[in-house]
Amino acid sequence: MVMPQIKEVVDVPGAQEADNAVVARGISKTYGSVEALKNLTLEFPRGQLTSLLGPSGCGKTTLLKIIAGLLQPTAGEVEVNGKPVTGPGSDRAFVFQDFALLPWANVLRNAAFGLELRGVAKSEREAIAEKYIAEVGLKGFEKAYPHELSGGMRQRVGLARALAVDADVLLMDEPFSAVDEQTRRKFQEDLLNLVKHENKTFIFVTHSIEEAVYVSDQIAILLPRPSRVSEIIRPADLRHKNVDNIRRDPEYLDIVDSIWASLRSYVE
Amino acid sequence: MVRRSFWLKIVSALVLFGAWQVAGMIPVSYAFPTFLESMSALARMAADGTLFTAYLETLRPLVVGVAISAFLGIGLGLWIGLSSRFDWLFSPIFIVMQAAPLAALIPLLVMAYGIGLTSKVFVVCIMAMPVIVLNTAGAVRNTPASLKEMGRSFLASDPEIIVKIIVPAASPVIFSGLRLGVSAGFIGAVLAELKITPTGVGDIITYSRSIADYPAMYAAIFSIILLAVLFLNLLERLEVYLFEGNVRGYASD
Ligand SMILES: Nc1ncnc2c1ncn2[C@@H]1O[C@H](COP(=O)(O)OP(=O)(O)O)[C@@H](O)[C@H]1O
Ligand SMILES: [Mg+2]
Repeated sequence: MVMPQIKEVVDVPGAQEADNAVVARGISKTYGSVEALKNLTLEFPRGQLTSLLGPSGCGKTTLLKIIAGLLQPTAGEVEVNGKPVTGPGSDRAFVFQDFALLPWANVLRNAAFGLELRGVAKSEREAIAEKYIAEVGLKGFEKAYPHELSGGMRQRVGLARALAVDADVLLMDEPFSAVDEQTRRKFQEDLLNLVKHENKTFIFVTHSIEEAVYVSDQIAILLPRPSRVSEIIRPADLRHKNVDNIRRDPEYLDIVDSIWASLRSYVE
Repeated sequence: MVRRSFWLKIVSALVLFGAWQVAGMIPVSYAFPTFLESMSALARMAADGTLFTAYLETLRPLVVGVAISAFLGIGLGLWIGLSSRFDWLFSPIFIVMQAAPLAALIPLLVMAYGIGLTSKVFVVCIMAMPVIVLNTAGAVRNTPASLKEMGRSFLASDPEIIVKIIVPAASPVIFSGLRLGVSAGFIGAVLAELKITPTGVGDIITYSRSIADYPAMYAAIFSIILLAVLFLNLLERLEVYLFEGNVRGYASD
């Protein structure tokens, strides 16, 4: 088994390391002859944001879907809050790369859809959905249909839907990859606020090094052939700095550089 | 927007009727009446009640056949689309049915079911059902995988995924199948009356042709087309009412 080498960029003294919301142990997944993941082990500390970073095709989506219970691993197991995952559960909510909104339903129904499937009464679920629609900044768009919204707004609906079911763990698969750069930056700032104020564990897939360093408490770098976690980076010190200055911080730039150094050999 | 498309429809109808009128006045053929002659024949038949008794007769196999085709067709289509085994089993039947020359089948139907309502309903179903089944099955199979996955991740049961995701996602194509099926059903109903026993509107067409009352014949044909158009518009209204975001969503996405 390839043990990930853990690089503490700045040591955080603390015992909260042991409290993991999600643990993936020895996960392997093969699609026919394609080996998407091989004996991958990774821990996701509670209340923190962990990024899965790596070139496309290295198995990030596969790992996220296995944690979500949407895919069965070929070997290994995932535990959420100490209980093994056998399928989708109410302790996890998914934010999709392509938004996965219902085109025939308005924003309100889309945001309330997770609650609708859980059998929450209409007036109650709409009240909850309205609250989260306002929280993601879409107040006034409750009656709009997805095709009337921009890509960024659609992803906010997807986020509201995931927040509305109040799961412990939020799984986000490249949620900002389909929105423009300005919107993306705003999203990243909003995400930092969410992590701070919502008491949830975030698992965030991205292929952008800058994005990962900007938003993460912990970055797991995944590499292909064979797919594994090659390195875990904790830019812990950055989290205490002012959001507005992070991108100019020498430490931020150093981490971005060192990640690029380890990834560049895999990019043709 | 709505107003403009409405006026465009009116204009295109006027152009068509104008061309008909001119063609009838030339005349293209001695058996081709003008638009106004046909309309006055239509008014006459409507006034003396001939038209209504005829439609009472024609609508029976049509309504029964279309209703059976819609319910059975959508049901079978869902089933075929959801299960690859039934796809393999049933799809070929409907593809053959769609391609079969109906006129050749009618004598067989008459032999098996006589010249009554049953045979006529069969003709309507044979015309209407295949396209409804095949469209529904295709649409179900093409439901975006990410929507189904979204449903599963938010704990939808299998029936919920069918009712709340697959059916609404497939509805635009199901409805276009219904529109095609209903139009084919209208053709089937008239064909049955021309080929099996002359009743209803088919009787008006056959009889007025035999006595060379061409305006009445064209009036009958016109009335059935008008009815089909009205019915298709009604179906479109139903679709917009049921899946509002869908109808506009797919156009712009
Ligand atoms: N359903 C599938 N069938 C076959 N191969 C797949 C399937 N899904 C993913 N793969 C393969 O598994 C590997 C990892 O895919 P994925 O998890 O989507 O990577 P990432 O999200 O990091 O881009 C890729 O090589 C991809 O081609
Ligand atoms: Mg991916």
